Amino acid sequence: MILLDFEEPIGKLQEQLEKARQIGAETGLNMDRTIKEIEKKVIEKRKEIYSNLSPWQRVQVSRHPKRPYTLRYINAITDGDFIEMHGDRNFKDDKAMVGGFGTIDGETVMFIGQQKGINTKMRQYRNFGMANPEGYRKALRLMKLAEKFNKPIVTFLDTPGAACGLEAEERGQGEAIARNIYEMFGLRVPIVTVIIGEGASGGALGIGVGDRVLMLENTWYSVISPESCSTILWRSREHKVRAADALKLTAENMYDIQLIDKIIKEPLGGAHINPTEMYKITKAEIKTQIKKLKQISPEKRIEQRMKKYINMGIYNE
Amino acid sequence: MAEENTGWFSRIEKGINTETKNKKDIKEGIWYKCPKCKKIILTQEHDINLNVCNKCGYHARVPAVKYFKLLFDNNKYKEINHHISSADPLGFVDRKKYSARLWASEKKTGLKDAITTVIGNIGGHKIVMAAMNFEFIGGSMGAVVGEKFARAVDYCLKYKLPYIVLSKSGGARMMEAAISLMQLAKTSAKLNQLSKAKLPYISLCLDPTTGGTTASFAMLGDINISEPGALIGFAGPRVIKDTIGKNLPEGFQSAEFLLEHGFLDYIVERKDLKQKITQQLRMFAN
Repeated sequence: MILLDFEEPIGKLQEQLEKARQIGAETGLNMDRTIKEIEKKVIEKRKEIYSNLSPWQRVQVSRHPKRPYTLRYINAITDGDFIEMHGDRNFKDDKAMVGGFGTIDGETVMFIGQQKGINTKMRQYRNFGMANPEGYRKALRLMKLAEKFNKPIVTFLDTPGAACGLEAEERGQGEAIARNIYEMFGLRVPIVTVIIGEGASGGALGIGVGDRVLMLENTWYSVISPESCSTILWRSREHKVRAADALKLTAENMYDIQLIDKIIKEPLGGAHINPTEMYKITKAEIKTQIKKLKQISPEKRIEQRMKKYINMGIYNE
Repeated sequence: MAEENTGWFSRIEKGINTETKNKKDIKEGIWYKCPKCKKIILTQEHDINLNVCNKCGYHARVPAVKYFKLLFDNNKYKEINHHISSADPLGFVDRKKYSARLWASEKKTGLKDAITTVIGNIGGHKIVMAAMNFEFIGGSMGAVVGEKFARAVDYCLKYKLPYIVLSKSGGARMMEAAISLMQLAKTSAKLNQLSKAKLPYISLCLDPTTGGTTASFAMLGDINISEPGALIGFAGPRVIKDTIGKNLPEGFQSAEFLLEHGFLDYIVERKDLKQKITQQLRMFAN
């Protein structure tokens, strides 16, 4: 079990729990009551810690190495009835962006999302969930495919940002993201976007224009990561905690300033503590949203989608 | 005592350390030194030459008003939505308060925010223009840029006019966090409306056009054009250099580089801008 720094008190209780079990096993004493008590304490502690997370702590949870990534959500939600599709038909297949048709209780949906790796080797293979232009173009190809066959689109956002490098620039990273954002406003099918981890900047928004945008409780969405913000505005990475505060990047903040439509509760302790429960909640939410969106005509849906984003912004007049 | 004596050699006045971004500003003075070829000429002469070096052709950054003067017939144009200014919706504070930064920028530049929207005629064609002001917090896009951009598109839609945008921006405005990010979506949505109305949109990417601006309206023109040598990219060159740990090849992310890789339709020298845009507008109109 990997614990984050602020989860240390939980770690201590878990150690006690382990010891109690050990004593029970070694001495044959009945430790059941003690074990139960400590287990209760773990839950209470977790409640206490998780009811009061700071923005930076949420960022940490969103990056928890055991946190489930896009493909796991898709496989769980479709119960394995998913066909992954590859390639942008122009340059190559981007492993940081995945997608394909799958079914939710019999209904076909196009799933698209950034994909992170689960270990060092896979993290590299997935380029840490940082897509290149061909990734965004693959996503757009799949979205158009969904539109052609009148299937709703579900996108999962989880990226520390779009890929940054010589090749990304040569192939037009800016254009690729811009094109996606622009085209998503014209798609005639329902779009549901779920932020399941990190929602960093244009790299996230490049597949994130949705009729409904939902954020899991322990995720973040911003124009820049707290670390980069700290580097630019404070000239050092040390102020990431303050930057996380200042950026108002939590689901709660985002809901308050009306940039997202809903917050999805996570199991106590974060999605990684009980992924099965997380998938179940997410699936139910997606189903509800798609059902609601399907009742609206394509023209009206597009109009509402545009209006929602056009109304975003606070200024003086 | 010794310390007092060395006072002869120490700097008494502070504030001589000019920030990098300020160094490219054109200073008021008699002489102008080209940052590229180092040629020194009279500022007046440089001005007459549209702030383009007459030796090496380096296009210096100039404020929006110079483009208005260059492009609009008889230098006649009308500003719209001048009154909109930035709020500080998140109460953002880094080393300075965002509200203080806004105030200082307004005082320094005399501008309300990083975009100016105007209406005027170019070669007899009435158009709406949105020009970004790099001197205002790096031309960063926040809610005001998004809103003025949107209203300029509305004006185009109402009067069936072409839209020209002069991008000059470091990207999204960090101090407005996710609100600034959503301006990428907002401006793109408006361009989608413009496109549906079949009204032309010319995107002129000036030095520099990076970040969120590139990842939204700057790259979405019916035609994307630029001036020689302009820096255009998604990630800034310093960020890329730090990421890959290598020096960047010469000309990387220049207008010429983008043209070569297929992201610009053509590059125009400043002196030919009016003629070329007029020609383009005529072809859209006929």
